[in-house]
Amino acid sequence: MTYWQFALRSLFRDLKAGELTVLALAMVIAVASMTAVGFFTDRVGRAVKAQASATLAADLVIRSPNPIDPAYLDEAQALGLDTAEVLGFPSVVRSGPDNSLAIISAVSSGYPLRGRLLVSDKLFGTMRETRDVPAAGTAWAEPGLLARLGLNVGARVKVGALSLNIARVLEYRPDQNVGGFLNLQPALLVNLSDVPAMEVVQAGSRVSYRQLYAGNEVGLKEFRAQVTRRLSRDQRIRDLDDAGEQITAAIDRAQRFLTLASLVTVILAAVATAMAARRYALRHLDTVALLKSLGATQQFVQGSTLVQLIIITLGTAAIGTAIGFFAQFLLAVILADFMRFELPTASLWAGALGLVTAATIAIGFAMPHLLQLKTTAPLRVLRRDLIAPPLHVGLVYGVAIGALVVMIYVIVRDFRLLALIVTGLVGTTVTTVIAGWLLVRALTRFRGAAGVAWRYGLANVSRRGRESVVQIVAFGLGLMVLLLLSVVRNDLLQEWQRTLPDDAPNYFMMNIQPESWLGISALFERELGASPDFLPLIRGRMTRINSQPIEDIEFANPRGRSFGRREMNLTWAATLPESNRVRAGRWWGADYAGPLQISLDENVARDMGVRLGDEVTFDVGGEEFTAPITSLRFIEWDSFAPNFYFVLSPGEVGSLPQTYLSSVYVPMERREVLNQLLQEYPGITLLDLKMFIAQVRSIIDKASLAVQYVFLFTLLAGLVVLLAAIQATRDERRFESALLHTLGARRSKILQGVAVEFIALGSLAGLLAALGATAVGWLLAENLFDLDYRIDPLLWVIGLLVGAVIVGLTGTMATRKAVYEPPILVLRKG
Amino acid sequence: MRATGLSKQVSSPEGPLTILVSVDLAVKRGESVAVVGPSGAGKTTLLALLAGLDHSTSGGVWLCGEDLAALDEDGRALLRGRHVGFVFQSFHLVPSLTAQENVMLPLELSGTDNAASRAGKALDSVGLAERNSHYPRQLSAGEKQRVAIARAFVTNPSVLFADEPTGNLDTRSGERVGTLLFDMNNKLGTTLVLVTHDKELASRCDRIIEIDSGQLVG
Repeated sequence: MTYWQFALRSLFRDLKAGELTVLALAMVIAVASMTAVGFFTDRVGRAVKAQASATLAADLVIRSPNPIDPAYLDEAQALGLDTAEVLGFPSVVRSGPDNSLAIISAVSSGYPLRGRLLVSDKLFGTMRETRDVPAAGTAWAEPGLLARLGLNVGARVKVGALSLNIARVLEYRPDQNVGGFLNLQPALLVNLSDVPAMEVVQAGSRVSYRQLYAGNEVGLKEFRAQVTRRLSRDQRIRDLDDAGEQITAAIDRAQRFLTLASLVTVILAAVATAMAARRYALRHLDTVALLKSLGATQQFVQGSTLVQLIIITLGTAAIGTAIGFFAQFLLAVILADFMRFELPTASLWAGALGLVTAATIAIGFAMPHLLQLKTTAPLRVLRRDLIAPPLHVGLVYGVAIGALVVMIYVIVRDFRLLALIVTGLVGTTVTTVIAGWLLVRALTRFRGAAGVAWRYGLANVSRRGRESVVQIVAFGLGLMVLLLLSVVRNDLLQEWQRTLPDDAPNYFMMNIQPESWLGISALFERELGASPDFLPLIRGRMTRINSQPIEDIEFANPRGRSFGRREMNLTWAATLPESNRVRAGRWWGADYAGPLQISLDENVARDMGVRLGDEVTFDVGGEEFTAPITSLRFIEWDSFAPNFYFVLSPGEVGSLPQTYLSSVYVPMERREVLNQLLQEYPGITLLDLKMFIAQVRSIIDKASLAVQYVFLFTLLAGLVVLLAAIQATRDERRFESALLHTLGARRSKILQGVAVEFIALGSLAGLLAALGATAVGWLLAENLFDLDYRIDPLLWVIGLLVGAVIVGLTGTMATRKAVYEPPILVLRKG
Repeated sequence: MRATGLSKQVSSPEGPLTILVSVDLAVKRGESVAVVGPSGAGKTTLLALLAGLDHSTSGGVWLCGEDLAALDEDGRALLRGRHVGFVFQSFHLVPSLTAQENVMLPLELSGTDNAASRAGKALDSVGLAERNSHYPRQLSAGEKQRVAIARAFVTNPSVLFADEPTGNLDTRSGERVGTLLFDMNNKLGTTLVLVTHDKELASRCDRIIEIDSGQLVG
């Protein structure tokens, strides 16, 4: 018989006898958790890449915050390319007394050049494709906008000074994911020729101009070569590769985060695997000794062990991958709102991750224990009391830690991040293990409190102290993250909302023309007795720092680089805003009238690597100015007052193109004032902060639900650690139960003791989870959000209950069989 | 089989502990030898050394013409596979294999053909043909030991080592197993080395060796 024949036969028997159930279960859970995330991110990644051209709505796009030279369009057409134009800006859409902020997307005929528009003729009507764009005087509205205004097709709405007829419902536009936070707003598609009549686009308005190009590759290449050098600083040219790169980077980040979340599951599953493999090896010492006494060589033993391990690895990878494949569907459902496109079916390639996970656990955690079998002394057939072959601790832990570190590196592909994660993991493990150990120690005080079952149960927790700590930590970790993501997150959000004063601004106004702000101020003073502050807003781009062109500067980090490259909002002010504090340098006085100075947010200064005294040059609408940084500020961003990274000194800047913005508190019952405002000043963009916060909160809810889902696997892995620990002590428990039974204990009494033991373990895990979640919540509240964190009793109740019920039930059920075995059978085996 | 100056020392908290002191022993082909003596006398250690399951501190063992000291662990395993059979006090059947599969095990390990039919015949010869598909947990102690005997003899070993083969059995089963052991021994001409407390069983051997405090005393 070859070793693989023997391996196959005994593996089959062991599987049937349940010897490998826990080991296989642990590996399946780890693989399922990793592949669920892998399949999902692969689907999203491929969908987004496949739609990159549709996302641009063209093959090539030039975009700018300022009007783009129409000559480009003529040049492209001369090269045989198709062209179209898009003008996007946020604006208020009004219908009678109701209004809502929307993204106005004004398009020329031919839009979109790539991808398609989907429309329907009424709300919830049948979707169909169209090649048209809205006719002049008409608009197509997204369902969200119609719902907010309570309208349907056929209604009339006003944008600025222009009244438009809603002709269709806009179900899908290819470039709908382009843009920043304002893109959370629903869109209204209009004809480009209608924009002037709206009277909302004025100098300094927040507008995005886009020219779209599509056609043959040669023409596109030539066109790109022709125009690239002529583009001004504020003009950006993007093609499919640029778009793909940016999107891939975003998907990559999401993938790494979710994969790291499943890594916690993998680590716990690996611990369970190691425990189960150790027990498997110990239980097979006799068989191996017998085989050796009958003539089996070390090579035979090692070969059959490896064959078994390979089969287990392949089998668990296949089953886990299949479960992961189905589990990712639910993840896709949870996150459906984020992806307004259809996902392709998952590619099997992501299943490779399952094999890597299974192999890492098998090699790192199961193999060292199983290979130990080959060194079993054949003398054991005569001397059963012979101790097991020594475990090379360095080898076992070295291989395990090595396998984990390699796996983390494969996920993050960054040595700094790897070091950070490993430090975090070690720190968390040490902290939770110490906390777990203290909890187990504290439990011994309660031993004398009740009857024999109670004492027996609690004594077991203390006696198996090390195993108890492992079980508490394993289950407590998963529970801790779930509590953090549900209860603590909610508490923090509520606490933050409580800190907002009742009259905190609830409306944010943008695009206020300089000539309007006095009138608007008077309106609020008259109607509400309020006198909101108005801040000037200047849109500009940094061009040089200390005379060095921005393109040539190496920034300290990516955030600094992005500040250097993008168009920014600047303001000027005579007095320091209330929610700001000067940390370095001096603020110019209220009566300052000297040369231009800049005050900068201290964090931005750090990210860009600039200091007091550095000279920064800005380009505003083609006009350049240079000024030194004379102060660095700390900004309280949660004050709900409009704030700026860059503040300029008053005086010279007054002549630059600018608009104003402001925030105001409008009581619910006085909202008609806003209609009056919009009628008088149609160009104003009004953002309902309450609705905006609700939208952001809904996104946070969805995202954290997805992460919680990933951590459910962690909870399962924690339970498998528990099962592995129970399995490891099964023979001991059977013997103890038989002994107690022989001494006169009723089975129900013994079972009560077992239940007490696991309920106590579960409660300790729940306490540890609540303790950890509270500590992290407190750290976040005090250090990151600057809130007073109040301990939530609900957190402790949920932690204790969930821990006690789940661990209590699972543990008692898994041990029940050992209690019910006839004592004579067990005692005979001795 | 020959042993000369065979000694075994192990370390213990109280210092080195001598289990076997300079044992000289020769067993002829086909001879049956009983090793008797009080508990802790060194009987099992002697058996382990003779079968190559353990190594001596000094002295040597020649088994079927091979010097055990010259072989490594795998070499000794191969020698056992070819020439040695075992019967243990606690049977040592593989719990996950059926009676027939347990008997097939040494044949398969040595790559012998017709393992299944030979195992079937061996089970038949110990009166357990009907039980071939039963697992060890479904057999009585006496039946388990008979399966172990079938397994020990199925390879036609030159030497059979038996360690307290009746130690875990009641009187009736013990008698039956003893009879079976000697019948097979006579039939196949196997050399038998038997460690036992059972005087009746020992008396059926050609020779009795008594051991006390690690030394041969008779």
